Amino acid sequence: MPFKPVILWTDALLFLLLSAAIGFWLHMRSRPHLLQPWRNLLQSRQAMGSLVFLAFFIAVGLVDSLHFRPRLSQPDATQESRYAVQTLSLLDVLVGPLRTQTEKTYSAPLATHLFAKETVELPGGGRLRTYPRLTYGGAHLANPRTDWLPDVLRLTAAGLGFGVILWNALALLVTGVLARRTGREFGQTWRAILHQREPVPWRTILISTAVIMLLLAPLAVLATRYHVLGTDKVGQDVFYLTLKSIRTGLLIATLATLVMLPLATALGIMAGYFGGWVDDAIQYIYTTLNSIPGVLLIAASVLMIQVYMATHPELFDTIEQRQDLRLLFLCLILGVTSWTGLCRLLRGEALKLREQEYVQAAHAFGVSHLRVISRHILPNVMHIIVIAVALDFSVLVLAEAVLSYVGVGVDPTMTSFGNMINAARLEMARDPMVWWSLASAFAFMLVMVLSANLFADALRDAFDPRITVASRAKA
Amino acid sequence: MAAARTEQSERDVRQGFNVTTYLIRRILYAIPILIGVNLITFALFFFVNSPDDMARLALGGKRVTEEAVERWKRDKGYDKPHFFNAQEQGHARFTNTIFFSKSASMFVFDFGVSDDGRDIGTEIRTRMWPSLAIAVPTFLVGLAFYITFALILAFFRATYVDVSGVVACVVAMSISSLFYIIGGQYLISKLWHLVPISGFDYGVDALKFLVLPVAIGIVSSIGANTRWYRTIFIEEINKDYVRTARAKGLSEARILFRHVLHNAMIPILTGVVVIIPSLFLGSLIMESFFSIPGLGSYTIEAINNQDYSVVRAMVFLGSVLYIIGLILTDIAYTLVDPRVRLD
Repeated sequence: MPFKPVILWTDALLFLLLSAAIGFWLHMRSRPHLLQPWRNLLQSRQAMGSLVFLAFFIAVGLVDSLHFRPRLSQPDATQESRYAVQTLSLLDVLVGPLRTQTEKTYSAPLATHLFAKETVELPGGGRLRTYPRLTYGGAHLANPRTDWLPDVLRLTAAGLGFGVILWNALALLVTGVLARRTGREFGQTWRAILHQREPVPWRTILISTAVIMLLLAPLAVLATRYHVLGTDKVGQDVFYLTLKSIRTGLLIATLATLVMLPLATALGIMAGYFGGWVDDAIQYIYTTLNSIPGVLLIAASVLMIQVYMATHPELFDTIEQRQDLRLLFLCLILGVTSWTGLCRLLRGEALKLREQEYVQAAHAFGVSHLRVISRHILPNVMHIIVIAVALDFSVLVLAEAVLSYVGVGVDPTMTSFGNMINAARLEMARDPMVWWSLASAFAFMLVMVLSANLFADALRDAFDPRITVASRAKA
Repeated sequence: MAAARTEQSERDVRQGFNVTTYLIRRILYAIPILIGVNLITFALFFFVNSPDDMARLALGGKRVTEEAVERWKRDKGYDKPHFFNAQEQGHARFTNTIFFSKSASMFVFDFGVSDDGRDIGTEIRTRMWPSLAIAVPTFLVGLAFYITFALILAFFRATYVDVSGVVACVVAMSISSLFYIIGGQYLISKLWHLVPISGFDYGVDALKFLVLPVAIGIVSSIGANTRWYRTIFIEEINKDYVRTARAKGLSEARILFRHVLHNAMIPILTGVVVIIPSLFLGSLIMESFFSIPGLGSYTIEAINNQDYSVVRAMVFLGSVLYIIGLILTDIAYTLVDPRVRLD
């Protein structure tokens, strides 16, 4: 085999979460009453527009979660295969040269020369103090001073053209499929999409896709010849680092939820449903945990994990595995510190549901507690859980940045938005300023969190029974 | 008339009595929670890793002699058993343990000494003033701003003003607080040279150092807060008494500022009063970005230097302040909402 797959802990959990989500969807497909709020969501323009952006980030994160170790080339085929120490992901392969083409140090976006002056040996003897040419960025230009602008414009135009073609193909595909399914003519379907007469807001989806494609395609084309977003202190491409940061943010947001959900759901429903000493005990636990300021509890736990990992080096072989283990612990800690809010909400709801007639009737028929909870309580608190998960997502992505800044976030060697911002603090103090890594982290993080926030809002509108009733009354 | 007054005062006395008994009960209820917090921190700091491991890490690497580890533990007082010391006599069996000397002592606010040999209690008492100097203005001015904005949005609800305001709030919420600080420092201090970039001074000179962190603190949480208060107001506006007031012909402004604002105080108080005591702790990132010698930067330094006793002390102090906040919230409830009775 040319490579050896590596499944990191977080990869496994991420894919477990993905399959759980798919399973959840399959379970609901045959139950129209559970599907109704999702159908509302599918028809919301805000939800679908932001979901397209979110899907882009999730796709990047998933592609970046398929890890392997490439086989080292060896002259003798009889030998046992040996694999590189470095763990790569599918994303590293897809972006190819971005990862390997590192410069000496800082260079501005699309630059052809280094950011710092260096002494260069002239071919005819003698030395010159100047900005040296980059090894890779714009290396194909014979005369950067005159060729640079036309070349950049040409590549941007090519990228835009490429994006337009791709988008047109997609639009044709969507319209074609829709036309076949509804049995209408192609032109008719297209007009229906254009005037938002379809139940699913395809126009919004296509516009969002167009925005992503028209932004990404020029970036991708330019990235083949230049460092589009510049390079950082050790000459790594900032665009590549930003793409890698997406996975870290995504993992923190989803895995912490994975830890928090079972805790909050089980304890919250138990407290509300059983009452009595169970309720007292669970309330005591969450009041106690809640009374410790979140950042301090996380800081204390991470400090202890640091000591634990320093004294147990046998737990990991490569740097990637160490980073991964620390990320996993961080998600665990974030999960343990953040379940109390949802738990309290679920307790209150279960307390109310317990008194409902259908629950009383189930008791009278001798249905077991476990069955009452799974058949009657859980489906009726599902909307609270879904809304809480969606709202937590953006909070956790933002928390990662702050925690990494405080020094209790992900491993300092791991690429994450927090570590990028942290490094940028020193870069801001330079004169002239190195602004590009901060700007890229800012832009990507803003789009990611904003789309998550907008999606969560739409989700809440679709799921909150009060709001649905109110909007129905209005209509 | 006189009878009515005695009845009134009698009720006051009864209410006062109720408040006292209620308070005592709440304070008693806080004790098991604080014991729980204490046990959690104790378990976290002494069971996840043995003191030997911590000593090895603090002294650096694996090649540390056994004597050095023992000396480190003795200096810190970590060389005792966890809960029960069998070698001692009488009550020293319980007092001469790690738990008693490191964790139980925190109940009387004896926090011990930090790694650099200073008394943590004294340090907290001197460092809380700079923290308060930032946190109190941020809190008060911020609250006024957020409620004003939210009232404006609620007044123009379901118009373009409201919709664009809410969108602006969501965008503001989606920006990490780190960017607000970095951006603010860059624009105001580095580009326009209006105020010093960071630092702190006591007395009137403090003002020029305080303006920027307070302003950034307010701006960075404007999105989430304005939206939150707007939701409260909108919920209140949809209630029946507002319809009655409108039917009586009251102006919209009068309804909003007299009726809605008054009644919205109850949900607002729940969220606000609980954080007042925690203002003492200051803000971690704010104080470290602006080099303010408060409790927030004290905590950050402790985390970076792995000074466990300071972190332990701050965790305990934080929980005490939070529980005080909870009790204050209950008292505030009875003051603003006559319907709430304490029993």
